[in-house]
Amino acid sequence: MQTRGCGHICGESSPGIGEAGKTGEWRDSYPLIDHKKCIPAKQGKAACFQCWLYCPDAVISKTVPVQVDMEYCKGCGICAEVCPAHAITMVAEETSCSS
Amino acid sequence: MSDGNPDIQILDGNRAAALGAKLSRVRVIAAYPITPQTPVTEALSEFVERGELDAQYIAVESEHSALAVCTSASIAGARAFTATSSHGLAYMHEMLHWAAGTRLPIVLACVNRAIGAPWNVLNDQQDSISQRDTGWIQIYARNNQEILDSVIQAYKIAEAVYVPVMVCYDGYILSHTEMPVDIPSQQNVDRFLPQYRPHTVLDSRNPKNYNLVTLANPRVNAEGVLCHGYMELRYLLQEALQNSRETIAKVGQEFGELFGRSYTNMFWKERMDDADIVIVAMGSLAMEAIVASEMLRGEGYKTGVLGLRVFRPFPKADVVKALSKSRLVVIFDKNISYGSEGAACSEIKAALYGSKVNAAIRNFIVGLGGRDVAAKELADAVKKSLASLTEGVPNKEYPEWICHI
Repeated sequence: MQTRGCGHICGESSPGIGEAGKTGEWRDSYPLIDHKKCIPAKQGKAACFQCWLYCPDAVISKTVPVQVDMEYCKGCGICAEVCPAHAITMVAEETSCSS
Repeated sequence: MSDGNPDIQILDGNRAAALGAKLSRVRVIAAYPITPQTPVTEALSEFVERGELDAQYIAVESEHSALAVCTSASIAGARAFTATSSHGLAYMHEMLHWAAGTRLPIVLACVNRAIGAPWNVLNDQQDSISQRDTGWIQIYARNNQEILDSVIQAYKIAEAVYVPVMVCYDGYILSHTEMPVDIPSQQNVDRFLPQYRPHTVLDSRNPKNYNLVTLANPRVNAEGVLCHGYMELRYLLQEALQNSRETIAKVGQEFGELFGRSYTNMFWKERMDDADIVIVAMGSLAMEAIVASEMLRGEGYKTGVLGLRVFRPFPKADVVKALSKSRLVVIFDKNISYGSEGAACSEIKAALYGSKVNAAIRNFIVGLGGRDVAAKELADAVKKSLASLTEGVPNKEYPEWICHI
C-alpha cells in the first residue's frame, strides 16, 4: 500500500474524532444500559451523567437518555464502574475465535 | 571565492564548536555541563548573557531534558543546539530516537569521551558509536577548523533532509587543544545558511498532534487521508539518510566555494593514489594515521590513509572505490562492539562484501579511555599485519588490541 500521498515525514495528525482510527474495533465487551435504572432516563431530566463525565474517550452523550457511540467505545468498563444506579452491565462481544 | 580578510584565531575545539553554533544563529540552546564538553556550554551562555547571540539558553537538570527542550524548540520552528559527552549522550539515548523520528534538524556536538564503568573522563569514541543506530547523521572532525566548519554545514544538511546531525570530536585531543582556526564572517555564514524552515510547525492556532500512537499499518485519519503506519515512517528515515550523501557533498562544495575549504567527500584521502596498504581511522586518529603512513612511506611501503568523516550515512560505494587498489586494509577503532569488533571495521567489511576488492583486513582496538596512540604504534601494527599475510588469513574473526594484555 502506497501512503506517500499524506506527505508526512513524522507521526502527525490534527485533533478530531477518529484520529486514532475506529477504536470501537478494539472492544471485547460493550456497555449495556438499563434505562429503567439509569437516572436521567428514570427521572426524565438532565441528571447524574457520571458515565459521561468519566468516559475517557468521550463517547457517551449528555442526553436523555444517554447514548454510547459504539464506533469509538473501547469497552473499558469505567462507565459501569462509576454508575451509582448500577444501570450499566458489560456484555462480552461475540468473536470469531472458536476456542 | 574566499572569505575576504581572514580572521584567524587560536581556539580549542570546544570554543570552535560554540562559535560554529553562534555563527549559525541558533535560537535555542539547552545543554547540561559534562567533562569535557563543559566549556561549550560556558561559551554559549556567555554569548547569550553578553547579548552577542539572540538565543534562549535554557538551563536544564539533565541531558535527557536538554534534548527534550531542543526537540520542542525545533518543532516550534527554532534552530536548536546542544552538546554533550559520554554518559550525557547515553542519558540522551531515548530523546535521540525522538528527535530523529520526528525528523528535527537539531545539531548536537558530541565531545567524544570514554564511558563507564570504570569511571574515565578521557577520550575514545564509544559514546557516539553506541548511538549510531538512532537515525542521526554522524560527522567526525579531525581538527578544530573542521569542528567549526562542520557545525555550520550540519545545520544546512539537517535542515535540507530533516535529519538531526551529530558533530563528533575527540575529547581533550581536540576539545582542549588550541590550534589556529579561520573564523568565517557572520555575513558570509548568513549567505551560506538560509533561514530554518520546519517541515511542520507546532502552532496553537492550528493544533496538531505529533508522534501520536502510530499503529503498524497505514490507516485513514479523521480527515479521510491515508496516513503512514509506523513502518512507513521508519522507512522514510532510512531513505532520508541514504539520500543525504548527495546533500552532504553539495553542502560541502558550497561551503568550499564560499569559505575556501571544501568538504565534498564522505572521507579524507591521504596519498591514496598509489597506495596498496590503506590505514583507516576516524576523528583525530586519522591525523595520527597520516604521521604513521609517512613513517611507513619512508621505509618504502606504499601506504595511504582513509580518514572517515561521515560515519552515518556510511559511504559504502565510495569506500569500495577508494579501496579498489588495496591489498591490505588496517582499520584502527577507538571503540569496540563487544563480542564482535570495531565499528569502522564492521562497516568496511560489509561494504567490501561482494565487491571486486580482495584486500586482507586487520582491525586494531586502540586508545580506549584516553590511552595514548603513538604514530609508531600504528606503523608497527601495519607492519605486523603485513607479516601476518603469509598465514593466508584474509580476515580475522576478532580484532587485536594495542594494550598491555
